[in-house]
Amino acid sequence: MDPKSNIMKTAYYLILIGLIGSFTACEKDNFNEPESFLTGSIVYNGVPLQMGVNEVDFELWQPGFGKLGPLGVSVQQDGSFSSRLIDGDYKLVFGGGQGPFRTKVVDAQQLDTLFVAVRGNTQVEVEVTPYFIFNTAEVGMNGNTVEASCQLKSIIQEAVVERVTLYVNTTQFVSNSNDYNIAQANSGDVSNLGNITVSVALPEISPAQNYVFARIGVKIEGVEDMLFSPTERLTF
Amino acid sequence: MKKYIYILAIGTLCAWSCTKDSEFLDREPTQLLPQDQVFASESLALSVLADLYNRYYDFGTVEDWSTLSNFNVAFWSENGRAGAFENNEYGYGDWGTWDYAYIREINLFLERCAASTELAEPIKTRFLAEARFLRASYYFELVKRMGGVPLILETEEYDFSGDASYLRHPRETEAAIYDFIIAECEAIKEQLPTDANSKSRATKGAVLAMESRAALYAGSIARYGENTPQVSLPGNEVGIPSSRATDYYTIALQSAETIIDGTAGAYSLYTKKPELDDNFASIFYDKANNPEAIFVEDYQLQSGKVHGFSIANQPRFGAEEEEGGRINPSLNLVQSFETLDGDYAPLPNEDGVGNPIYYDNIGDIFEGRDARLAGTVILPGSSFKGKPVDIWAGYQLADGSIVSGDARGQQKTLPGASSATQVVGFDGPINGLEFTAQTGFYIRKYMDPKAGSGQRGVQSDVWFIRYRYAEVLLNAAEAAFELGQPDLAASYMNQVRARAGITSELMGSDISFDRIVHERYVELAFEGHFFYDMKRWRLAHLILNGVPIDETGITENIGVATKVHTQPYGFWPYKIYDPGNANDGKYIYKIVRPIKVTGADRFQFGNYYSAIGQDIINNNPKIVKNPNQ
Repeated sequence: MDPKSNIMKTAYYLILIGLIGSFTACEKDNFNEPESFLTGSIVYNGVPLQMGVNEVDFELWQPGFGKLGPLGVSVQQDGSFSSRLIDGDYKLVFGGGQGPFRTKVVDAQQLDTLFVAVRGNTQVEVEVTPYFIFNTAEVGMNGNTVEASCQLKSIIQEAVVERVTLYVNTTQFVSNSNDYNIAQANSGDVSNLGNITVSVALPEISPAQNYVFARIGVKIEGVEDMLFSPTERLTF
Repeated sequence: MKKYIYILAIGTLCAWSCTKDSEFLDREPTQLLPQDQVFASESLALSVLADLYNRYYDFGTVEDWSTLSNFNVAFWSENGRAGAFENNEYGYGDWGTWDYAYIREINLFLERCAASTELAEPIKTRFLAEARFLRASYYFELVKRMGGVPLILETEEYDFSGDASYLRHPRETEAAIYDFIIAECEAIKEQLPTDANSKSRATKGAVLAMESRAALYAGSIARYGENTPQVSLPGNEVGIPSSRATDYYTIALQSAETIIDGTAGAYSLYTKKPELDDNFASIFYDKANNPEAIFVEDYQLQSGKVHGFSIANQPRFGAEEEEGGRINPSLNLVQSFETLDGDYAPLPNEDGVGNPIYYDNIGDIFEGRDARLAGTVILPGSSFKGKPVDIWAGYQLADGSIVSGDARGQQKTLPGASSATQVVGFDGPINGLEFTAQTGFYIRKYMDPKAGSGQRGVQSDVWFIRYRYAEVLLNAAEAAFELGQPDLAASYMNQVRARAGITSELMGSDISFDRIVHERYVELAFEGHFFYDMKRWRLAHLILNGVPIDETGITENIGVATKVHTQPYGFWPYKIYDPGNANDGKYIYKIVRPIKVTGADRFQFGNYYSAIGQDIINNNPKIVKNPNQ
């Protein structure tokens, strides 16, 4: 037999196997991909709270499918979050010691667990009680120095401000973690919450750019995650 | 004729067939030892016990060099591991352990050995006490890493009823696990031999050393846990009430003093060699009549039980294998060793106004330091296995510019010279070139000076010391200090410091918390203590706070317990090239942050106790999560 027809035969069989496979492969063992977005923010009185980059996260639990495991959701630095999910009923829980806030207890049985029904794209505002909020926060440039001032308002009375720190970064992600700032400085006096000022000199930026981002962070005594003011873009 | 032969053959075959069909599968195994045989023979029972010894959990061990040099005590000169210095955070699950299979097998051993009627009574007593020692050791490891855990002291069987909920046990309190360890030590200490020459099996000395360490840890968690109320759980699975601190410190002092006064065997500080730095290094490799080692993991050449610590960390230049140089002790540690007068001082590389200080010889800058420095670290200008290390970063010219290379021992032509000459050491330091001394230092502790220890085919049989006499002295000193007996604390601490050549004695009034922290930091560096010490004093989140260290910050606050420790620094020698000048050929030193160090470690509250796996919690909902996770 000439070799050409041999190759033809092999190709013919391969095509046949492929066709049989594609027509008979089962559909049922594949799940639909998650299609619904759960979006929202961590808010106090409807205003989103600003926090560190990748600092705060919460867990979504979906009971009723045997094995349990949480879906982790990270909160972005502007307090918003987004997660793509399959429609269903979820429980939203914060881990211990998360965030510059306390969660609200719904009632004695439910505690601070929130029930979230996801049917199509769903919006959830998670209302919490922060230790402090910013009444005002201003960040500006003065020559080669970033200057900031703010007024804090205490929400949970027993909380004490440990320090107020100004962070500057070359990207819009500005936080206390090492990767998210190029300069930082603590304010001296934090006894008068109505008038806190802090400034930091800009280091040399390489490669050069004519803008930076800055925001103010508040460290509360005994609370790990910091509270931040909104990020400002500063051009010079 | 043929037919008869066949019949005969078949008949013969039948005659050889088995006598009874029912016994066909009922045979004595030839590869397995049945339980009753094992526990009828002393040597077989001992081999089961040896397996349990072999599975002992160490946080740091010479079998994995990185575990001894974590948390910026050293830089790792291996590019595959540079991530540890680029990262900022630790995972909540890091350092976790949950080996209840090991506990079950110890429990099985205890039950089977106790049931044996053929083992002689004194041997049985010793075996049982050793197994209880190993079980308490693992519970100690569990409580240090995970907090209070379920305390399982008997084997349990699943009854295949479909409901396993009766096998679920809640976590005990952290204090209850420490109480268990202390009670076990008290119960078994008299059942074990009092023999200072038995190092790798449990002895009275080993039990007391563990008791003193465990009680000390519990005491400090009770006392310093108050500083971090976030790191506790309402059920006290994590956290010990501060009212218990005094009791624990008292036990720690008592058990340490039982070793110190000699009733547990003839232990003492190792002082065999006249050169103090050699003497200190020898503690870790001299296995002949070493009075300092109390309990060790031992190794033996040509037995299969050897380790590659020397291969991984030997000075790269002229090494027995083209490998080594991984652990580079950091400047943070090196400068913490006091002067012989007992002062904290940065290494003098600059005078008061920032001009470099010139040294005639490369090692001169380290003169007059605590002998433990040269005993722990291979410094520029020193030798290993009789071969000098070649650590220098390059030439500095008259105008302050640097001529250096990017390969080991590279040659270049210096300005005004006619031929090429070596411009960088064969051991580096070269930024980013793995296996060179990127901080300017190599490790000496646990390095094996025997010929062949750096060859992959031979390896090293240096033991790993889990408990040693100097630590017992420091345990006693810390407990005495916390109990308000600073004079006693000073007397114990002075013994350790005198061995290191420090000439000034500490008075009771000199003893402070920072002193205790410092002494353990330098004496016990690279022995697996630093991590647990940071945790139990609740210092970890302060010294690993995520803030980078700058060049001025690195030399400040030496000897302060809360000194920031987020990044390892280096200290590089340069040769001066300035023909005709008086300083030509002299050495200067520069403080350098290795180029791979871009992160600054941040230890969060959730890192104090490792996360318990979700699979474990799913199987046993009675387990509560650790705090802040």
